[in-house]
Amino acid sequence: MNAAMRNPMLADWWNFSIGPDIWWVILVKAIVVIGFLATAFAYLTLAERKVSAHIQLRIGPNRVGPFGFLQPAADGVKLFFKENTAPGTRDRLLYMVAPGLAGGAAIFAFSAIPISAVNCIGGPSIGQAGLSCPSGYALHWDIAHLNVGLLFILAVTSLGVYSLFLGGWSANSKYSLLGGLRSSAQLISYEMAVAFALIGPVILAGSLDLERIVVNQQHLWYVFQQPLAFILYFTAALAETNRAPFDLPEAEQELVAGYHTEYSSMRFGMFFMGEYINMVTVSAIATSMFLGGWLSPLPTGWIFFGYIPGFIWFLAKVSLLLFTMMWIRWTLPRLRYDRLMSLGWKALLPLGLVNIMVTGTIVALRVA
Amino acid sequence: MFREIAQGLAITMRNMLRRPITLQWPEEQKPASPRHRGRHILHRYDNGLEKCIGCELCAAACPVGCIYVGAAENPKDHPISPGERYAERYEINLMRCIFCGYCAEACPTEAITLGPRYELSDYRREKTVVTKADLLEAWPHFEPAQGPVAERGAGADQRGREMLDPGLGPRVAWDAAERARGEGPATAGSHGIASHPPTVAEPPSRRQPGGAR
Repeated sequence: MNAAMRNPMLADWWNFSIGPDIWWVILVKAIVVIGFLATAFAYLTLAERKVSAHIQLRIGPNRVGPFGFLQPAADGVKLFFKENTAPGTRDRLLYMVAPGLAGGAAIFAFSAIPISAVNCIGGPSIGQAGLSCPSGYALHWDIAHLNVGLLFILAVTSLGVYSLFLGGWSANSKYSLLGGLRSSAQLISYEMAVAFALIGPVILAGSLDLERIVVNQQHLWYVFQQPLAFILYFTAALAETNRAPFDLPEAEQELVAGYHTEYSSMRFGMFFMGEYINMVTVSAIATSMFLGGWLSPLPTGWIFFGYIPGFIWFLAKVSLLLFTMMWIRWTLPRLRYDRLMSLGWKALLPLGLVNIMVTGTIVALRVA
Repeated sequence: MFREIAQGLAITMRNMLRRPITLQWPEEQKPASPRHRGRHILHRYDNGLEKCIGCELCAAACPVGCIYVGAAENPKDHPISPGERYAERYEINLMRCIFCGYCAEACPTEAITLGPRYELSDYRREKTVVTKADLLEAWPHFEPAQGPVAERGAGADQRGREMLDPGLGPRVAWDAAERARGEGPATAGSHGIASHPPTVAEPPSRRQPGGAR
């Protein structure tokens, strides 16, 4: 890194740096990621409808544009033009804040997920799979590169529950409140399982830096070394994103729509967006932690596989996980609430502990 | 538990790989079964004479009274049906019709049957009263008789709606609209009618009830 990058002088504003990064690089990355996530949300709703349709031997939306590709746009326009009704007895501030928090927390967590390997601009990359970049500018493929990225992600994804609970509380409606209560109870019990499942790969990699964790998987993905942790994480992630079979907070049959019963128009759309972006985030974490992130599943020495950019593989893996989530949603019925709790506390949590113990023991013995 | 989950996932995956059974109406049409009871058809004999003899048994059998038959004497020199009389007007109010098929059962000459057409909705009530022009099987050189528009008819209870379209009676209005669109009554080739019928003018026989359906 040259001196100009480090000195935030007025004449040097173009190179004003936040940490090791130049500000406009961060800005560009943020815009790209937010745009990507917003698009992903739109097309995930379409994909969800298509997947569910084909599972039920239907065709799904195909009237708006070719293969229904403009359906999300039509839905978006419809949502914006809907009347924005709100209960008169609501808590005005919280009622307004909750939907924003839903989308915000999910996007926020994505800022620490690397979607491709570091690019060294103006210098050679050194070290294991080009992790460090002593001279030149290190272009990280996450918005803000953190060496404790995983901790940050775990902290931020937990913020999402506030949107659900505040939304449920502020609407002053019994269905909303029940949905909000359920979601907070559910999230608390599954947050532990998520964390414990992720500790396995962390022990193996010896780092909380997601880039380092991915690079450490270049010989063998952690899903093969930690299959139990992967299953635990994926199950808990389903619960954390309130997806079926763990969609208790919005169980239509009992709670109308749970925490967002009293929301309409684009405010409802924001909750929807939160759910889908959360799916992307959770899948991206699973990809980084277990499926080798941007690493190619095929030998890069082959014909052209070395030329496929890392983010293509990353997106492919994320898409696979997203599809699996939809597949599961349209296959499994919703769990009863007490079973959901007992699954979280009596199955996932102990299994996660066992996994940590076994992994830790093996790593300790190998080191010793 | 895992086995059951895997089984369920396998079922849904198999379904996903199967062809959807959705029929994309109106681009794709559902084939009606041969016994489908849709909109009525007034049949002709093979030589083109109308089977309906204007006996009004269908109107009598109709449990909802949706059929109106205006019979008239058959012209001697130019018979329209083989009987003494023929139906000068034949109207069915499809808003009332329950598609029970009693009219077809009551008909002594098998002149009326319920056909395969099921797209019967319309933006205008008046158009749901179908006339002989719509019902009769098409035949080359035979102009379907268009009866006079009288107050009494199958759609008598729907009259007054022409106020929506001042200046034109409903029947006149929609006939004009259809003519403007270039749509006439059913043409040869539809309803399985041969485009080139035999030209022999022999008296119709009961043995061979014609007008191949």
